[in-house]
Amino acid sequence: MLDNIGFILGTTLMYATPLIFAALGGVISENSGVVNIGLEGMMTLGALMGATVGYFTGNPWLALLCAGLAGGFLALLHAIASVTFGADQIVSGIAINFLGPGIALFLSRLFFEGATMTKSINLENKIPRPLGGVFPQNSFFDLVLNQYATVYISFLLVFVIWYMLYKTKIGLRIRAVGEHPKAADTLGINIYKIRYFSVILSGIFAGFGGAAMSIAVVSNFRPTLISGQGFIALAAMIFGKWKPQGAMWACLLFGAAQGFVIFLGGTAIAISSQLLAMLPYIITLVILISFVGKSVGPAASGDPYEKGER
Amino acid sequence: MFKKRISLALVLLLCVGLLAGCGQKAPEEAEQPSENQVPAEEQLKIAMTTDVGGVNDQSFNQSAWEGLQRAEKELGIVANYKESKQDADYGPNMETLLDDENNLIWGIGFKMGDLVKEEAEKNPDQKYAIIDYAYDETPENLVGVVFKAEQPSFLVGYIAAKMTKTGKVGFVGGVTGNVIDGFEYGYKAGVKAANNGTEVLTQYADSFTDSAKGKAIANQMYKDGADIVFHAAGGVGDGVIEAAKEQNKFAIGVDRDQNALAPENVITSAMKRVDNAVFNMAKDLKEGKFPGGTTVVYGLKEGGVDIAPTSDKHVPADILKEVEDLKQQIINEKIVVPYNEETFNEFK
Repeated sequence: MLDNIGFILGTTLMYATPLIFAALGGVISENSGVVNIGLEGMMTLGALMGATVGYFTGNPWLALLCAGLAGGFLALLHAIASVTFGADQIVSGIAINFLGPGIALFLSRLFFEGATMTKSINLENKIPRPLGGVFPQNSFFDLVLNQYATVYISFLLVFVIWYMLYKTKIGLRIRAVGEHPKAADTLGINIYKIRYFSVILSGIFAGFGGAAMSIAVVSNFRPTLISGQGFIALAAMIFGKWKPQGAMWACLLFGAAQGFVIFLGGTAIAISSQLLAMLPYIITLVILISFVGKSVGPAASGDPYEKGER
Repeated sequence: MFKKRISLALVLLLCVGLLAGCGQKAPEEAEQPSENQVPAEEQLKIAMTTDVGGVNDQSFNQSAWEGLQRAEKELGIVANYKESKQDADYGPNMETLLDDENNLIWGIGFKMGDLVKEEAEKNPDQKYAIIDYAYDETPENLVGVVFKAEQPSFLVGYIAAKMTKTGKVGFVGGVTGNVIDGFEYGYKAGVKAANNGTEVLTQYADSFTDSAKGKAIANQMYKDGADIVFHAAGGVGDGVIEAAKEQNKFAIGVDRDQNALAPENVITSAMKRVDNAVFNMAKDLKEGKFPGGTTVVYGLKEGGVDIAPTSDKHVPADILKEVEDLKQQIINEKIVVPYNEETFNEFK
């Protein structure tokens, strides 16, 4: 019994981690007033970059960093289009979602003799598991806590982003720009700078999320590795009312539902696997409808800012 | 002014990107005819449309292309391919290949099943073939090619049952349906044939892409005492193999030899030799024996399926010898491997 609970909790953490990274990215970007539906594309490029750098250098930390930079690079393009040129942020985001996997495939073929799948990274060269071997294998604490470092980093970052957004000067500025850019502008805040900063940071986080898939959950990249995580993260951010801790809880809820369903599928209870596959989404919907209530985002989210416009 | 320049540059970049993306990637070998090729007017042209995996998917698309390339070298045909990035690309790709006046057009993968039949009915003079699909009524200009996936699955099931130390083995499926049923029940029959009371844990991921789910399912199976898990689930299988790697347990790969993904943990793979099927079809076409209107079934006998050549790294020689014996029995039809629940219940 206890080990089953341990399994569900462990699966929750594994499942939620890439989502938490990407959702945090969404939180930062949207709080500054830029919708980022390009998270999926940024995650894909991050995943490829993480797997590639990890394979060639054998250094998982460098891989994670490069994955972040790759996501940040795509985000820079998004920022140029949607902040500097005031393009429709949704359109630009969709373009990113095409561009990300495209570049990822191109690079994969370049580095791996034409293969769209990267070679897998050895176990010892993956992101370390800080609590590996502390507890006996498959005991409760092993199942829950023997996770890759990316899991712990994601929770740490939730706290960091919460602190940044609500306790620091820059956080206040980001939120001001997202709520009422004109007022912020009159007070001498550089809207463009803040938005560039937030969007690029959001891409870096999405890149981390992709790497959390490709160098922790599995150890190689393939084109279908990121299929929908970016959009689930986006939904989690909205359910979480645009707050880092809220987004985290939404991701954990989704992960827990998945863990529960996988556990159910392994028991003797005969439920069709199609119904089971739907369950996480249904559980998430029901809980959100019944407990979360109305969620309102930053007022200026989605509006490009033109200086001097009336 | 600055803004304008940048936007102009970006637009140009985009155009270049689009053009480059649309450009047809003709295989280099096709450009220069080699000496042993027949004169141009008699040269057969064979082309294929990949499914979303693309031509280097380390799986059946790549295998099919390798078959065509071999036919190009050995039979002197002209080979070409079109890659599909999404399901919506199949139609346009098929049309493009039709306009190119190919002698035979391949659709790779069961996802194109209905579309290929439709195309074949619309263009009765064009020959078509498809991998992994059998029709109830096949038009005269179309051939369905299916693989007896249950046969290699039977063999790996036997290996798993012989090698397990815990008396429990696992099976992770992608999405339930005819294709994956063959893997599941063939595997279970193989385990049963070993006749040592080995139990099979079965779970479906209902996805071919969710590797995190595959990993979680495999983790659960290993936790519940299984020590060897076979997957027939595409990208989900990456997670299964990863779980084996982390827990230092065994996994069995699918479609191609997947030993490279985890050399210490993937003990064998149930392989489909799509390349052989594609090559043989080219040969038949050249000899004027195109089996139009039929479904060609590839099993062990035809060299269409097998276990991975790297199996001898982990599987003891005496088990491999027994497997060799089983192979012969399947080829001689002394063993008829079940391919779905019904036939499995009748098995032995």
